[in-house]
Amino acid sequence: MKSLALVLFGVLLASCSPPQSTNTGVYMLVDTSGTYRDEIQKAQQIIRYTLSRLDATDTFAVARVDTGSFSEKDIVAKMTFDDRPSTVNRQKRLFAEQVETFVNEAQSSAYTDITGGLLQAVEYLNEKHPGEKTVLIFSDLKEDLQDGYIRDIDFDLDGFDIIALNVTKLRSDNVDPREYLTRLEQWQTKVEKSGGKWRVINDLDGLEGLL
Amino acid sequence: MNFLLGITPSPVLSALLWIVLVVTALYFARPTVHQFILAAGEALHKMFRTGSLSVAHAERALAERNRQVLLAAGREAKERIVEREFDRINETVRKDLSSFSALHRSLSESINRIEKDHSQAVEVPPDPPGWVKAVSAVAELDSKDNRLGVGSVLADIHKSLIKAHKEAMAAYHEASGKRHALLRKMRPDWRQIQQTLGKVGKNVDSLLGRSVTIDRHMQEYEDIVKDEDRAVSILSSSSLVYFFVSALVMAVAIGGATINFSLIARPMAEMVGGTSLAGGFRTADIAALVIIMVEISMGLFLMESLRITRLFPVIGALPDKMRVRMIWITFTILFLLASVEAGLAFMREVLLQDELATSALLRGDIDIAANGEYMWITTAAQMGMGFILPFALTFVAIPLETFVHSLRTVVGLLAIGVLRSVSLLLRLLGKGFRNLGKLLTHIYDLPLFIPLWWAARDHNNENSDLTEARL
Repeated sequence: MKSLALVLFGVLLASCSPPQSTNTGVYMLVDTSGTYRDEIQKAQQIIRYTLSRLDATDTFAVARVDTGSFSEKDIVAKMTFDDRPSTVNRQKRLFAEQVETFVNEAQSSAYTDITGGLLQAVEYLNEKHPGEKTVLIFSDLKEDLQDGYIRDIDFDLDGFDIIALNVTKLRSDNVDPREYLTRLEQWQTKVEKSGGKWRVINDLDGLEGLL
Repeated sequence: MNFLLGITPSPVLSALLWIVLVVTALYFARPTVHQFILAAGEALHKMFRTGSLSVAHAERALAERNRQVLLAAGREAKERIVEREFDRINETVRKDLSSFSALHRSLSESINRIEKDHSQAVEVPPDPPGWVKAVSAVAELDSKDNRLGVGSVLADIHKSLIKAHKEAMAAYHEASGKRHALLRKMRPDWRQIQQTLGKVGKNVDSLLGRSVTIDRHMQEYEDIVKDEDRAVSILSSSSLVYFFVSALVMAVAIGGATINFSLIARPMAEMVGGTSLAGGFRTADIAALVIIMVEISMGLFLMESLRITRLFPVIGALPDKMRVRMIWITFTILFLLASVEAGLAFMREVLLQDELATSALLRGDIDIAANGEYMWITTAAQMGMGFILPFALTFVAIPLETFVHSLRTVVGLLAIGVLRSVSLLLRLLGKGFRNLGKLLTHIYDLPLFIPLWWAARDHNNENSDLTEARL
């Protein structure tokens, strides 16, 4: 009888134990530097697609990549969706509006600080404690730091999925494709060395596997 | 192996030597080995036979118990039916006999009226014509006295006679008219009497019909009480039919409950959250399921309070006042839950539309979001379903009761079948082991055919010598 009570108590405890978080956290970096500013409409499409895939209690943030991206000021829109479906719908519509405003008003920046943006993304997502952490980098991955900016920092990307989107080829890449390949390889090495998973999606019609 | 074949210089010789040695050893061990094999076979046979007998005994006990359960259930069901039939008869008698005095009075009044009218309608014979005597008197006077002026007198008499005749005819017509009017007045009374008698006849026929039904049920009840096989057989087959029919209805009810669940699970997320989990399941799903279960429970209690089902004897045994209170309480809770479900069904549609609009916005299809002209039809249908399904699920109590009662019999029958099969299997195994023992002794003798043949030959020779010696 005693053992039965113990087993029942154990089952009760197990059922009351805090569940593991199953939500998703997505942080999207949108490159606005130079000519890549023209690609921003595609970024809006991806943001909308991501919004449609996210659900209650998920977290989503969109930040621009400019001269110094390691800053909260660069976050264009951020939202942790509510538990109730009706509120989630309202939040998604509001998010879409904020992104629309950003797309219409975004200015081209002189430098490109992708590493700073990635650091900001990691910090933000770690703070939110989602079950799955994904960073989307909408950029050509060509980093161009202003003098004085130090970005030679070790990351801890354990548990992170880093997905590079729409990595366009630059004019110089066309002349020497090795530059493009080297750039991709460098980023992959950097991410995987830090414990993250690296993926590249250039075909924006095939976003099904994004999340 | 090499060692075995190396005991002599020639391997063949070694092999032969070994064969001879082994056969000799087997031959000498034969009686003991035979005894052992047969004893083992017999022991296993007895063991399985005992097991088989034990299982058969259990099967018989279970069959007897099943029979008693079946008879008890049948007895109870028949008692209920007969009780209900008597209730109906009581109701008919109470309803009709209570108004019998009024009916009798109505009939008496009708008959009195008819008698009165009939007596008034008797035809009065017209007065005998007086003028015949007067004319003959006048005629006699005229002939006797030879008086003149008789003609004028006759004319006067004639005139008077015509007048009297007219008056008599008028009186006669008037009297006939009155009689016809009286006869006409009788017609509704006749009809009323006919209708009343028809109604009485119908009620009597109904009572007779019910008495025949009661006789039939009583006969069946007597068969059950007498523990007759025919009654058990009928009850058993009925129980199986009830089981399958109630299972079918229950399956339909489960389908209804599933639809009900899908109607309210989604909007429940608005109340308890869409992602919180309890015991590995979504809290919204659990909440929806709880609502449906509460509805089914309320339905069960309602049916019990109405004495339609008898799953909970405590409710059936409650005082009538308390029972009626319980009916109203359960019905009110059921009504409130049905209203909540209708509201949730409406909320579901609103959420769906909201979600579709958001998806359309995110896809960039602004026009699609506004296309909802006929959506009120689905909304109304969902609300209607949300309101009706809880009440429909109330009636699950009836097949559930039948299912539970028939399940005892069906499980009993299945258990009897299993026990019978096990008993047969054990008996077969027992027989098999006994025969296997015999077979093994024969297999043992196979390599010993030479010494056995030799021994048989010697035995035959000895027998023939003895026979010759006797002769």
